Amino acid sequence: MTARTLLLLAMAGSLPAQVSFDRILNANKEPQNWLTYSGTTLSQRHSLLTQITPANVKNLELQWVFQSRSLEKYEATSIVADGVLYTVQAPNDIVALDAASGRVYWTYSYTPGKDARPCCGRVNRGVAILGDTLFMGTIDAHLVAIDARSGKPIWNTEVAKDASGYALTHAPLVVKDKVIVGTAGGEFGIRGFIAAYDAKTGKEVWRFHNIPEPGEPGHETWAGDSWKTGGGSVWVTGSYDPDLNLTYWGIGNPGPDWNGDNRKGDNLYTDSVVALDADTGKLKWHFQFSPHDEFDYDSVQIPVLVDVEWQGRPRKVMLWANRNGYFYVLDRTNGQFMLGKPFVKVTWSSGLDERGRPMRAPTATTSPDGILIFPGNQGGTNWYNSSYSPHTGLFYIPSWVEYNTVYFKIPVEYNEGRNFGGGVLRNNVNQRRPTLTRLEENEGYGAVRAVDPKTGQMKWEFKMSDVTDAGVLTTATDVLFTGGREGYFFAIDARNGELLWKATVGGQVQSGPMTYSVNGRQYVAVAAGNSLFCFALRQ
Amino acid sequence: MRVLRVLSLLLSAGALWAQHGYTLADIENGGRLYRGTCSVCHGPDGDFIPGIDFSHGKFRRATDDESIESIIINGIPNTGMPSNNLTEPQAENIVAYLRSLPSAGKAITSGGDAAKGKAIFEGKGGCRNCHRVRGAGSRMAPDLTDIGTLRRVAELEQSILDPDAEILPDNRFVKVVTKDGTEITGRLLNIDTLTLQMMDSQEKLRFFEKSNLREYSLVKKSPMPSFKGRLTTEELADLVSYLVSLKGI
Repeated sequence: MTARTLLLLAMAGSLPAQVSFDRILNANKEPQNWLTYSGTTLSQRHSLLTQITPANVKNLELQWVFQSRSLEKYEATSIVADGVLYTVQAPNDIVALDAASGRVYWTYSYTPGKDARPCCGRVNRGVAILGDTLFMGTIDAHLVAIDARSGKPIWNTEVAKDASGYALTHAPLVVKDKVIVGTAGGEFGIRGFIAAYDAKTGKEVWRFHNIPEPGEPGHETWAGDSWKTGGGSVWVTGSYDPDLNLTYWGIGNPGPDWNGDNRKGDNLYTDSVVALDADTGKLKWHFQFSPHDEFDYDSVQIPVLVDVEWQGRPRKVMLWANRNGYFYVLDRTNGQFMLGKPFVKVTWSSGLDERGRPMRAPTATTSPDGILIFPGNQGGTNWYNSSYSPHTGLFYIPSWVEYNTVYFKIPVEYNEGRNFGGGVLRNNVNQRRPTLTRLEENEGYGAVRAVDPKTGQMKWEFKMSDVTDAGVLTTATDVLFTGGREGYFFAIDARNGELLWKATVGGQVQSGPMTYSVNGRQYVAVAAGNSLFCFALRQ
Repeated sequence: MRVLRVLSLLLSAGALWAQHGYTLADIENGGRLYRGTCSVCHGPDGDFIPGIDFSHGKFRRATDDESIESIIINGIPNTGMPSNNLTEPQAENIVAYLRSLPSAGKAITSGGDAAKGKAIFEGKGGCRNCHRVRGAGSRMAPDLTDIGTLRRVAELEQSILDPDAEILPDNRFVKVVTKDGTEITGRLLNIDTLTLQMMDSQEKLRFFEKSNLREYSLVKKSPMPSFKGRLTTEELADLVSYLVSLKGI
């Protein structure tokens, strides 16, 4: 070996490690990092870091704040790789910061096309990383690859046509050498799909249409041509089981949202979870939570993959608190229904049958005169993440409790790129208010509800005055972090729901907290209002 | 029934896209814009144009929110409906307001004398004991300086004759009992999981940790007395006329 070779090897050794897929798969072996949107590909949002405990969490103090130059909702969960934190300034600027100090290394600015029309805010929920490359979906339905060191673009692929209402808002999921995304736009009569792109080139490798076309199984669940505009969007990140090589994705509501007259049938695979072969995109199984939905019950929740002891034998399950108000346990090898219980008040259905299919309450259909339904349009929960703690064995659900909507059906016609809702709604939760004056018992409220997945029984509830759009993070030391619309960031005892600590962050928490460590010091980061706040224990 | 009505008024009427809804603030903004832009032709109750009656949800061409928004902004060629220099959020607010109209009812008075109404407001009515207009009067009840841009005649009449019929969230009163047994009643300004903020009867801003309170509850009845039988129809018309004239600073 020559001196020159030795020098080169030494130089290579000094470079920051690349984020291989093997590292992402084994993210729990390096809990100092947060390498993928939900922490690991199993999406438990559970950290093995132990420095912050129920006993010392009261000593958390603010370390730094990143104030985004955006007035949009801050829905991104950051990722951290080897001391660098990557976040998104809405709609689509990626910012790389020093994870310990919050100082900015670089900002990549992306200007979405003028035709971008995301239904519900010009938002983004995060980026993915593989090797030295970051991946981000944009609100004009492009997938872009960015150099993680320099912030310079590598490739830019148009995933779908923004003018037709397609958008990308969730963090991509990296599986092996592919980047997987799904399309939002369920309010615009899109035909949603999930697609995988080659991480190196940005070329599409496979595509799964969330609504089957003529000749495909499931197409018969759509009347006439309604499948062409049937929605079935995707706007949160899926999960991946390496042993089964399956990637799981939650599919959004059918379109029109609130008028099902012209789409008679179950409307597969809307409001379903689909299990796809990660190499080919072929459907392995599906489970539909809300057939023929008229209440906007997108199944846009993150599939939480858990291995549990179930009635005496180990099972590979998927936990799912659905927007429709039911909590489900499914066998993730085959989609078999194992358990389903309401976790909030449910009136649209009188229960689930032995296969998990909801028994629709006879009067539960939208009408011009209006129908009052629990849970309301935003659901018992929604896109913000749940968490599972293997330590407590509990599943934690950000919930909207006692929340209803009166749904009025109106006629609607499809016009490309235009709203395709077909309804008018009234809620018993006062949305988008800066302050809340809830005291009436007949108004909905927000909570974290801890459910025992083996029984579906609620173990405890942490009740908030206002509703919540905040995700939940748990740690191996039984600390649970969450927030809400009131502008608090809470630390709660994951064992019993007791409030341990709070910080006033002055804006709504509308994303999931995450944690990481740098040089042995544990940090907790949460976005609130338009800023990202980072806490650590007082030194 | 009242609960339902209050509920439906309090809580965002109007169309909702999948992830957001119209709020009371949207409706109020929309009402202001409606009165400034639309009511000249459509009338305060939205029923001046034959075949159109916003109060009863009757639209001639468009039914879904987005089409109505488009018409508000772009107008309808070759008709009396002009285009308007409004942004999409403004048009959205107007739609929110239009959607809220069917729950509001019809006016029973008209043609009052605003000057006489002002005299009633400041004199016999005793309205300034609780309300405030352009810096004069109490802060306990809603400031009415721009009430003419926020409320329609029918709504004002209802508030005067039947104040309990509709209490907006911003105007709720709350009673707290501290741990030492002190009772304090005031106008509820904000409440969250841990704290409560109010303006007490001395108009002082008060902050309470819920953990320091023995109890707290909404005052279900409006502190405002009903003026049913206390004002003649003519006086009511005068008073309403005065309130309608209050368009802000």
